[in-house]
Amino acid sequence: MTTEAADPVEAVAVSPAAGPGFLQRYGTTIEYILIPGAALVGALAVFGIFVALFGKNPLDLYFYMYQGAFGTWFSWQNTLTRAAPLILTALCTALPAQLGMVIIGGEGALLIGALSATSIALAIPWAPPLVVQITMVCAGVVGGGLWITLAGALRQYRGVNETISSLLLVYIGLAILNHLVEGVMRDPSSLNKPSTREIGAANMIGSIPGTDVHWGLVFGVVAAFASYVLIYHTVFGFAARVAGGNIRAAKIVGLGVGKLILTICFLAGGAAGLAGMIEVAAVQGRTNANLAAGYGFTGILVAFLARQNPLAIIPVAILLGGISASGGLLQRRLGLPDASVLVLQGIIFVFVLASDALYGRIAFLKGKS
Amino acid sequence: MADGTIGLWTVPLAVFGGAIRVSTPFLFVSLGECITERSGRINLGLEGTLIMGAMSAYGISYLSGSPWLGVLAAGITGALLGALHAGICSLPRVNDIAVGIALMLFGTGLAFYLGKPLIEPTAARLPAIDFGWWSDVPQVRAALRINVLFLIGVAIAPILFWAFRTTRWGLLIRTAGESSDAARAMGYSVLWIRLRATMAGGFLAGIGGSFLSLFYPGSWNEGLSSGQGITAVALVIFARWNPMLCLWASLAFGGAAALGPALQSVGVTSGYHLFNAAPYILTLAIMIITCSPKRTLTGAPAELSITR
Repeated sequence: MTTEAADPVEAVAVSPAAGPGFLQRYGTTIEYILIPGAALVGALAVFGIFVALFGKNPLDLYFYMYQGAFGTWFSWQNTLTRAAPLILTALCTALPAQLGMVIIGGEGALLIGALSATSIALAIPWAPPLVVQITMVCAGVVGGGLWITLAGALRQYRGVNETISSLLLVYIGLAILNHLVEGVMRDPSSLNKPSTREIGAANMIGSIPGTDVHWGLVFGVVAAFASYVLIYHTVFGFAARVAGGNIRAAKIVGLGVGKLILTICFLAGGAAGLAGMIEVAAVQGRTNANLAAGYGFTGILVAFLARQNPLAIIPVAILLGGISASGGLLQRRLGLPDASVLVLQGIIFVFVLASDALYGRIAFLKGKS
Repeated sequence: MADGTIGLWTVPLAVFGGAIRVSTPFLFVSLGECITERSGRINLGLEGTLIMGAMSAYGISYLSGSPWLGVLAAGITGALLGALHAGICSLPRVNDIAVGIALMLFGTGLAFYLGKPLIEPTAARLPAIDFGWWSDVPQVRAALRINVLFLIGVAIAPILFWAFRTTRWGLLIRTAGESSDAARAMGYSVLWIRLRATMAGGFLAGIGGSFLSLFYPGSWNEGLSSGQGITAVALVIFARWNPMLCLWASLAFGGAAALGPALQSVGVTSGYHLFNAAPYILTLAIMIITCSPKRTLTGAPAELSITR
């Protein structure tokens, strides 16, 4: 959608290298990179001031953040491992956003997906690992998918606000998980930390050869690409974007809005459920309360920072995975509390939303000097 | 635990006492959100405000020794977060629901960050009034130990109800919520009205948070609030933006939330987590029953993005 730069009358050559055509074609894209980038830098600056108030050197902060996120091969692997579930939980917010829905319940779908995947793996211990893994993927997707479909159906058939219902479902999902993990599904030998039995080392999905990064990253990247193709290169995706732009117009041209909402919500929840399955099958090996690590909530931020674009989600998820990966180093070297990552995420979120006001207002991108 | 003299009456009694104790944060947050939403904006960030309020109340009470100073600090913190929400929302093309989500994460993170050193120490707690002095049964006395904040909240509800109907400010807030054009035509700045309404809402939500850390459960930890703020926001919707209905709904919620601990006290421990989720399930159920896809909710402010 080139809205600002498309006007040929306004487009004037800014520099000989760029030319009018360049800004005309890429002005909006540049804007989509420049403005969130500036918001990110602003947020980092404010966070630097914040830690300076506590007597830490902001330059040390930035150095250790870089070191902990992208400084070494080890930190890169840590970052990518954290990015994998973030890509998937971000899709849980970004896909419904195409329809104009604000779903923030990715955490709940992740938990339910993990729980379904674990249950199915524990139910078929005799099956060969590949069968178990494929069944776990299906169970995770279906579990998480149905969870968010519930929020979508409530919106469609009862007019219940999907933002609130999806968040309430997070707490309900967590209660169900705790109930089962401390009840019927509890491994009697897990004393301090109630957990289910382990799914078994043979059924774990393992790492990408040559790295410590698990296969979940590939799952995430594939899901993001698939979502991109679905939204921007299929009739279904086009219908979804029409309905998101103007629901009345969509109804007039005969689009099945209800079907669109339910399908998109299922895919969105399925992505988050897959994240839960991956956390079980690649990291934890079992289901317990550790799974509620906040990936679902960080995913909301990733989706907004990526402006709900499935492809942009991949680099943004790596960036925020890096921020959370650097948390450990910040704790050890600077003595910052582990919640400092949360504070930074909150500041980034606030800046990114406030920067929405800037779109279409940067003079030189419109070709004016 | 079950005292022979009252037997099974322990459960309803504990639910009653719990309803009063647990409902207080719901009551304050929902009244605050009621003011904000009546002005035409929704602040989902009250979950973060609640936690920030709890943390700052505990910190100030610990440092100063006065729990009431803590309550005041919580209110001011809440009002500042409300001002931040309103400030960002007043920029063009910024979505108030998204800002609320951002402030929910920001408030929670900031509270955990600043509250790290407060997990260990014990702060001075709010006093309670003993309405159960006449009884010999310890459970009755426990149930009737009522905090002053609850009484203040109960008093605020009818005052707000009256203020919305008859005072100049109430009318202005409602005008801004029903039609920002009308308010502008009268020569008032809608942004300015909403800023004040959001700050007032944040103030009350912050006080609701102070109740959590200074009375019940009465300590600061990172699991203190889990969704009370967002539940209270939902509660305003089915209370039809009516402060008196907010009061009754909060009491019903408090009762639902007290059911788990009450059953646990008589030895029913299975399903503890499910009973703890009762308020969320109840919210969802009531929203399913009261919402409708065909008409807008009666009493909903027309400018509210959540009902459009």
